[in-house]
Amino acid sequence: MKTKLLKPVASGGLFDRRTFLLSGLALSSAYPLTSIAKTVGTTFPQWMKTPGRDATAYGQPSSHETHIQRHLEKNTPETAFFSIWKTPIANQRGIITPSGLHFTTSHNGIPDIDPEKHQLMIHGLVDKPLKFDVETLLRYPMVSNIHFLECAGNTAPNAVSFTALDQDCQELFGQISGSEWSGVPLKYLLQEAGLKSSAKWVIVEGADGGSHARSIPLEKLLDDAIIALYQNGERLRPAQGYPMRLFLPGWEGNTNVKWVHRLEVTDKPAFTKDESGLYSDILADGKIQRFSFHMDVKSVITHPSGKQVLPEKKGFYEISGLAWSGHGKIKQVEVSADGGLTWAKAHLDQPVLSKSLTRFYIPWQWQGESATILSRATDEQGNRQPTRDQWREKYASYSFNHYNAIQAWQIDREGVVKNVYA
Amino acid sequence: MFMPKLSSLCSHRNYRAYLFLLICMLSMNVFADQLEPVSQNNPDQINLGQLNLGQALSQSEIEKYSITVSPDGKHLPKGQGSVANGRELYNNQCKMCHGESGIEGPAARLAGTNGWISFSDPLRILRIKEYPILLISVGGMWPYASSIYDYIRRAMPHYAPKSLSNNQVYALTAYLLYLNELVDEKTILDKHSLLKIKMPSHIKSATDKNNDHHQ
Repeated sequence: MKTKLLKPVASGGLFDRRTFLLSGLALSSAYPLTSIAKTVGTTFPQWMKTPGRDATAYGQPSSHETHIQRHLEKNTPETAFFSIWKTPIANQRGIITPSGLHFTTSHNGIPDIDPEKHQLMIHGLVDKPLKFDVETLLRYPMVSNIHFLECAGNTAPNAVSFTALDQDCQELFGQISGSEWSGVPLKYLLQEAGLKSSAKWVIVEGADGGSHARSIPLEKLLDDAIIALYQNGERLRPAQGYPMRLFLPGWEGNTNVKWVHRLEVTDKPAFTKDESGLYSDILADGKIQRFSFHMDVKSVITHPSGKQVLPEKKGFYEISGLAWSGHGKIKQVEVSADGGLTWAKAHLDQPVLSKSLTRFYIPWQWQGESATILSRATDEQGNRQPTRDQWREKYASYSFNHYNAIQAWQIDREGVVKNVYA
Repeated sequence: MFMPKLSSLCSHRNYRAYLFLLICMLSMNVFADQLEPVSQNNPDQINLGQLNLGQALSQSEIEKYSITVSPDGKHLPKGQGSVANGRELYNNQCKMCHGESGIEGPAARLAGTNGWISFSDPLRILRIKEYPILLISVGGMWPYASSIYDYIRRAMPHYAPKSLSNNQVYALTAYLLYLNELVDEKTILDKHSLLKIKMPSHIKSATDKNNDHHQ
């Protein structure tokens, strides 16, 4: 073993990523060349001896990867069609979630919208009420940005369950995804309609069966909001709001109104269903926190994570995970492999973008004993993730939104990874 | 500005002379006028808020879609509905998802307080174990009764949204308020009486932590 070449950066087996990569341990062993037989074909696998199949008009993942699927949250009442499909983030790398695997939540199902009949209306406190069809919006200058999208209820089980449930990364953290979103800055359209001086809020409504609506402060819509038409280079998927959705970088998923068709400019919020109830937070003193839009700084180790099994005792593993903040860029992620006694800075993969997923890595040698691994992110505004106890102190015991506490995974002697409260 | 066509230029016997002239013109930047339209396409010089590609939206189109009811009563229609009518509608169209008394689920809890336990609902903890969403209720969270009217009219019943008349929505709103003990059994609700309802959670609203968007 060349372990003496490696530079430990914290206890519990965490190493400096640069010396790890240079040590050669990161490389797999070389294969010896076999002697040449009568035809080389005898030693080659079948797929190297036959012509392959042709491509298809729209590509699909390998047939060996079809088990990588979104997972329907089981404990939502299916009779109410309030469905939550969680993304398998422990099976992904990088910072982009494939569009077909992007988490999706809908409160009244996915509407089947005819794009030729769909219009975006702007009215209320404006000089000229306007409507835009899809073809018209496609003529406007567009912007493309990579951002995360997170449901306010992501990781809710760890917020409210008195004991840590034995759940995996997908079940606990599957309501976070990252995409490149392209569309028209909403400020162009609002300025074209001409805002009256009393305009302060906009009631944004979708064209789904339940006419999902949220009241959004005008200043956000004039800042970085877009009417998104494309996700990851193609037109929006129906589950993401086809033909158009509001995208509000860094704000809770529910405000990013899908199938958007109407913007009513007002001076006050409307207190729609979701901002009145499900998407409000109850504080420790019983007061109700409404309009808590930002998703706070958060991180999770995806490799290894809940319900995985480490294959080799005392083996080398690269701890990897995701960090994000609705307040800006991730500044640093620290990792602990000894239950939080010592911490080391993880390597942040480039690009580190504002209000986007950031991938972090740190090499780790598991010592074969029970170990608890944690990650703690800090954003450029100086916000740092709280411990679970610190988070719990702020909220009523039954409040479950905006949970962003430090996540802990415990690895037992058999290498089985489990969700725990640190 | 005069510009000879390239074909005539090349076929001309004196094309060398023209070519020389062209090079001189380029070096003196005399095509600057022709480059001007390109720079006008620079987004920095166009007012992107005045592209004026949107079409006028008529008042009749606005009225057709304006269903959002505000706490001040804006877009709250004429009409009325009684608790008695509401109970009948509820039993026929809502009970199967929201439960006998609006607390059993599986769909959102309509009545009572928020939280894990309630003396008026001894089975609450078991219900929440099955459907965590029942941790909060309309009666415990919603600050304005106008929102109840708004949501029933736009989204309920779940299998047939927007199928209830304005009077039926008043009746169901009245019944929900009755389940929350905010009106009595004989109540007939209309725009005027609905706006007078004080929801218990109204006084519990905290200041917004991020943006100070309080009312």
